[in-house]
Amino acid sequence: MKVLIDADRCQGHGRCFSLAPTLFEFDELGNGVVIGDGRLDSQTLELARLAQVNCPEHAIEIDEAP
Amino acid sequence: MTDKPIVQDFATDWDHTDPAWVNNPYPIWDELRGRCPVAHTDRYGGAWFPATHAGVSAIANDTENFTSRTVVVGNGRPQEDAPPAPIGVAPPITSDPPFHQIARRLILPAFSPGAVNALEPQIRALCAGLIDQMEGHEIVNGGTEYAQFIPPSVIKQMLGFPAGDEDLFREFVHIILEGIDLPIEERIEAFAPIEAYFVQQIEEHQENPRDDLTSYLLNVEVGGQKLAMEHVFGTMVLILVAGIDTTWSAIGASLWHLASHPDDLARLVNEPDLMPVAIEEFLRFYAPVTMARLVKHDMEYLGCPMKENDWILLGFPAANRDPNVFEDADKFIIDRRENRHLAFGLGIHRCAGSNLARLELRCAIEEFIKRFPRFELADSSAVTWAQGQVRGPRNLPIRILA
Repeated sequence: MKVLIDADRCQGHGRCFSLAPTLFEFDELGNGVVIGDGRLDSQTLELARLAQVNCPEHAIEIDEAP
Repeated sequence: MTDKPIVQDFATDWDHTDPAWVNNPYPIWDELRGRCPVAHTDRYGGAWFPATHAGVSAIANDTENFTSRTVVVGNGRPQEDAPPAPIGVAPPITSDPPFHQIARRLILPAFSPGAVNALEPQIRALCAGLIDQMEGHEIVNGGTEYAQFIPPSVIKQMLGFPAGDEDLFREFVHIILEGIDLPIEERIEAFAPIEAYFVQQIEEHQENPRDDLTSYLLNVEVGGQKLAMEHVFGTMVLILVAGIDTTWSAIGASLWHLASHPDDLARLVNEPDLMPVAIEEFLRFYAPVTMARLVKHDMEYLGCPMKENDWILLGFPAANRDPNVFEDADKFIIDRRENRHLAFGLGIHRCAGSNLARLELRCAIEEFIKRFPRFELADSSAVTWAQGQVRGPRNLPIRILA
């Protein structure tokens, strides 16, 4: 399972790294970026989903394939 | 200020300066969503108001059919009072692609979370100082003694403007955002002192460069060239205008809510960990800002016969109450878990100062409820709301309870 941010959609609302600072950080423009390779376990999946349902630009994608 | 006829039907004759809209726009938007999701008016030379999340999103994301050349609805037409696209009078908010991205990238680093979080101790000290002056009073004013002072002080510091000019900034913002019913000649005339003030600040910074946003804009280079003076000037005006009564309104509206909803106040006092989600719900429910676009060419859009240079007023606050997107959209839910609100807009023009606005809002509310854990509206009929494209309480008498 993996989380990724579509950089073309992200406009830097900052919801992801506020809600899930262990999964996301921000770049020098304030846009969200995934920390590391974005791999998720069952616990971090919930956190990634929380970020996803709070992103106004629908920029967060979660690949739930194991 | 208005001698205009009172609106009878907001679907065909809407006006965001009408007293009913200013006092309580939410029932109007709910009704529009149900029967006429894109309202029209002949006022301001022709304007549309999408009241649904879908309509607002479509237009906010469509830079092919709509221009941001001017973002404040007025009686004039943009050829009279604004430089042409893609730059516009106050880049990047008035810019279209591809220039928009260049202008936006210049200012984003100064407003990134890393940059603004460094201001937190100073913002808290500012709030605490204002609260010190209210201490011991039974009635305090959340607007004129508190909210209105916080953003101007922060913006003044970022731009490197002199202390003591904050009253002047509020006057500038009032002219630009609330003076929209003036005839175009008078509006241009009213802008003259604002221009003079900024020119003076620019000259002072040219003589004494220092570590602030004004000096940064004067010296930054794009493709080996410094910015045109109109660009520097326009961006400075933008930062001042966009940074003041927006956040002032958000702080005031949040205090107004807490003063009139004791259960929410008690929960926030007792469960401080709720603050981050509560802040987002304040922003959703009381989103202060609407922004304008201009129609680029005659077309049928969202089923409406739009004409070139018609205004669009993007109702982000109305989109935030759309039941198709938000569960119990008309209820303030302090611990709302899913909250894709559009308080800071959507698409390429997402509010560049959103991180700063959130920080100021959080500090202002936290410091206030820390000192005053119980309070209520002292006189709900005395509360006044700003008219125009930024909505928030201006006079906000609050009774401090033991």
